Amino acid sequence: MTATAEPEVGKARLRKEDARLITGQTRWTDNLQLTGMLHMAVLRSPVAHARITNIDCARATAMPGVAIVLTGEDLAAEQGSLPCAWPITEDMKAPPAPALAVDQVNFAGEAVALVIADNAYHAADALAAIDVDYEELPVVLDLQEALLDNDLVHPDLGTNKSATWVYDSADAGSGTNVEDEIASAEVVLERTFRQQRLIPSFMEPRSVVVDPSAGMFTVWSATQIPHILRWMLSAVSGIAEHKIRVIAPDVGGGFGGKLQVTPEELLCLLVARRMGRPVKWTESRTESMLSAHHGRDQLQKITLSARRDGTVTGLKVELLADMGAYLRLVTPGIPILGAFMFNAIYKFAAYRFVCTNVFTNKVPTDAYRGAGRPEATFAIERMMDELAAELGRDPMELRQQNWIKHDEFPFNTVAGLTYDSGNYEAATARAMELFDYEALREEQARRRSSGDPVQIGIGISTYTEMCGLAPSRVLGALRYAAGGWETASIRMLPTGKVEVITGTSPHGQGHETVWSQIVADRLGVPFDDVEVLHGDTASSHKGMDSYGSRSLAVGGTALVHAADKVLAKARRLAAHMMECDEADVEFATGSFSVRGTGTVRTLGDVVLAAHVAHDLPEGMEPGMDADATFDPDNFSFPHGTHLCATEVDTQTGMVKIRLYVAVDDVGTVVNPLIVDGQVHGGLAQGIAQALYEEAIHDEMGTLTTATLADYLVPCAADLPAFITTRTTTPATSNPLGVKGVGEAGTIASTPAVVNSVLDAVRHMGVRDIEMPLSPERVWTALQGGVADASTPAAGGLGSIDSQGGQS
Amino acid sequence: MIPAEFKYLFPSTVDEAVRMLAEEGEDAKIIAGGQSLVPVLRMRLAAPTALIDIGGLTELTGVRDDGDSLLIGAMTTHYEVQRDHLIQDHALLLRLVTDTVADPQVRHRGTFGGSLCHADPAGDLLAPALALDAVMIIAGPSGRREVPASDFFVDYFETALAPDEILIDVRVPKYNGWGAHYEKLNRVAQAWSIVAVAAAVQVRDGSIAAARVGLTNVGSGPVRATEVESALVGQPVSAISEAALLASSGDSYKDNLARVLTDRALTAAVAG
Repeated sequence: MTATAEPEVGKARLRKEDARLITGQTRWTDNLQLTGMLHMAVLRSPVAHARITNIDCARATAMPGVAIVLTGEDLAAEQGSLPCAWPITEDMKAPPAPALAVDQVNFAGEAVALVIADNAYHAADALAAIDVDYEELPVVLDLQEALLDNDLVHPDLGTNKSATWVYDSADAGSGTNVEDEIASAEVVLERTFRQQRLIPSFMEPRSVVVDPSAGMFTVWSATQIPHILRWMLSAVSGIAEHKIRVIAPDVGGGFGGKLQVTPEELLCLLVARRMGRPVKWTESRTESMLSAHHGRDQLQKITLSARRDGTVTGLKVELLADMGAYLRLVTPGIPILGAFMFNAIYKFAAYRFVCTNVFTNKVPTDAYRGAGRPEATFAIERMMDELAAELGRDPMELRQQNWIKHDEFPFNTVAGLTYDSGNYEAATARAMELFDYEALREEQARRRSSGDPVQIGIGISTYTEMCGLAPSRVLGALRYAAGGWETASIRMLPTGKVEVITGTSPHGQGHETVWSQIVADRLGVPFDDVEVLHGDTASSHKGMDSYGSRSLAVGGTALVHAADKVLAKARRLAAHMMECDEADVEFATGSFSVRGTGTVRTLGDVVLAAHVAHDLPEGMEPGMDADATFDPDNFSFPHGTHLCATEVDTQTGMVKIRLYVAVDDVGTVVNPLIVDGQVHGGLAQGIAQALYEEAIHDEMGTLTTATLADYLVPCAADLPAFITTRTTTPATSNPLGVKGVGEAGTIASTPAVVNSVLDAVRHMGVRDIEMPLSPERVWTALQGGVADASTPAAGGLGSIDSQGGQS
Repeated sequence: MIPAEFKYLFPSTVDEAVRMLAEEGEDAKIIAGGQSLVPVLRMRLAAPTALIDIGGLTELTGVRDDGDSLLIGAMTTHYEVQRDHLIQDHALLLRLVTDTVADPQVRHRGTFGGSLCHADPAGDLLAPALALDAVMIIAGPSGRREVPASDFFVDYFETALAPDEILIDVRVPKYNGWGAHYEKLNRVAQAWSIVAVAAAVQVRDGSIAAARVGLTNVGSGPVRATEVESALVGQPVSAISEAALLASSGDSYKDNLARVLTDRALTAAVAG
């Protein structure tokens, strides 16, 4: 065994999983072909709210290849209700959530009937032969109208309000009373922002295969959460947990969109049980957009009080959050995750957060990259710019006046968190230097005075986020149904190779590479000698999976602890083998030696000795494996300074990003290449919210942006060359000093872009433009009007019909 | 997503394709590059009983010199149009427009004729075809006929092509020495134009001898800005901005874009 010469942590390694992922030489769920496998197709409701008065399956059942057609009534006795694991208040209202609608549909896209056939073509063909009679009900779409309870999504609940959740710094003892601060303030600003509805748009559509043979139910799913899925499938179906094995093979992206226990996963399980044969379901893109959970969709009323000198004093946040038609796995908790972040990096004396969760006849919302925190960051960073404009102050200088200074850490925030570390000064200084802030301000002044049709603006976002979800006791206090720990195992194989089992479930992040780097350093083994196993409950029986920028900070720490356990045992055995006192054993670059002598045993020697077990110390078990579970004491708090310069064409309303600088402090960096990739992708998604993406429903509740021609996901050609770099302030809450990076770019970038556009046109009388900032909305705002909130994008597949000639 | 079942036919000559089209009846469709039809089939927005794939008709591919005009085969791909020297020399506007169509994958598959026949008013190639006075050469059971672009585009996704006819060639007059530009406003690279303007201008001795202006996605089909064109004849280049105001008279966002983008397209065409 050769020792690694230079440290692996910090090395910009290419990802070991990429060759197979990029070439497709791997196992995606839809690639699986099992003997005798049936295919499931789902008939979805075309209407948003209706009673189902009749379903006639006779014609469909007689179609070629069809094994069975099933309705909600057929499954009513066994399908139970899909789980919601986050009852945020004791009195939260939650409607039953059948996987297959029984007598009522509550959103367009809800599953109404299933065709099970011998192949996917026959299943798809038979869908059209199912006749469903709907008796339409009034459709509830608008959040504020829904609150009036004139029409109800779920009449049995008696209201469209699911729950109201409150945090108040005066009650919590973390600050003063916000109403007092507002009443006595020299400056009070009130703004309302709309977080539009977004569609997670993972690259690999969802896919499920369930095999009921061999006395087990083996479930393959394109999921982020195989462990939680196994637990929940068991709870809902009544199938004993040890008779369910869940495998998340390679999974092509999630962004929170696959943090779900989906109707289709449960339905495949029930159908496989009923038919006694394997069943596969794979969705199309449009099906995904119509039925997989959406993200964001909040109305934010923000009141900020300050002194004339710019010192912020109070912050009051009143949210309406759109749940859609049902509460999925963590739907109600998503806006609550933002509750702790509205105060951000600033020192408010008082803070109050009130969120009302509201039902509408739309696809349920749930986690989407950032989950609650992008909404919070957007609101506070927009407000800081509003305050700067109100006071005639430079927006960066105003932030600096109010942020937590480096020497004030650890800092107890008004929202009740303890920020362990941070250095906002350093990140900002670096960003300002790379951006050339002063030169851009000069150019801006020139263009303003010459009345240039293209105006430029500068947008700032000095964000922080809470990552490393999460301390289990905190989750318990928030009434979340599970813990936030993570687990890892190390298996030392007799040839010296290493198997790592992680409870995290990568779906594109590169855990195999990063986990290998960490283990290579800790154990002094070559990077290529480490194999990382994940996503299979048979090899990894426990874990809390991947979301919330938690995998490295929590799962990586568990891995370090497991490696330390391996070394501790190996050291004891090495001492025994070298006939010395354990205190005299030194370990470096993969070898044990006796201090002051030439006696050496490599880790491989020791592992083999443990494996053959011919001569072990008294009481030592054979083998050199170790498990560790880590429950963090605190969250981690990445932060950074993002600066965006946009050019706004005032004649067309078109926004172009000229320069984007992102300086992130994500703590210790294990692999800079992967961190850059996460930041780039995150920026793209955050910029997309600012400029491009929006799920739009018509007045009947039909999603009109159900193709990628209508829902504008930007590609590389639409984005600038990002300038990214880092400052490093290690987290104190874990031995690696890591904080998490999966969501940083998304959280930071949206307000940077919007602030920048408003900075470009504020002198022309524009104070706000609703997201996404389409050219039409920007132009309309410049004409002194407000663009219709739901003007769809031009063109698109939605406009194509079947007429016309050749194509 | 999975299309409904259809019969697949692969003719080897235009005459055979025309015959197949007649035999299969009204529910048959011609498929060229498939860049618009395949998504429609997969979403089951259309369920033709038969697809007649004219991808094998090599006689419909490529650009020929025909004296005062070019003949562009209907099956010439966007990629081929982008790289064709005859088009570069005599119909520069077409190349510039084609450069902006979708993405490289689509440009390798999609065809010039297919785009025109699909007649999506947001499609890029309709406006330049109209502005450049292109003529469609169409084959049908009773022989060949020619239809000028001004008569070819009828309405949204509707052309003068009869159900039993196939577009085989497009005749485009030569515009030697004309400046050209396509000014396109779209939100992301692969999105359709909100509005776009195709312009070609002939400048002689410092004044505009002739101009051609076509607008994309401002109506149910491509729109020719004839008032702008005639206002420019004999005028100095400095008259462009004022003439461009004639591109549209309304107050809507698209009306504004028509005027702004016409100005920009003409200005760039002259400068180019």
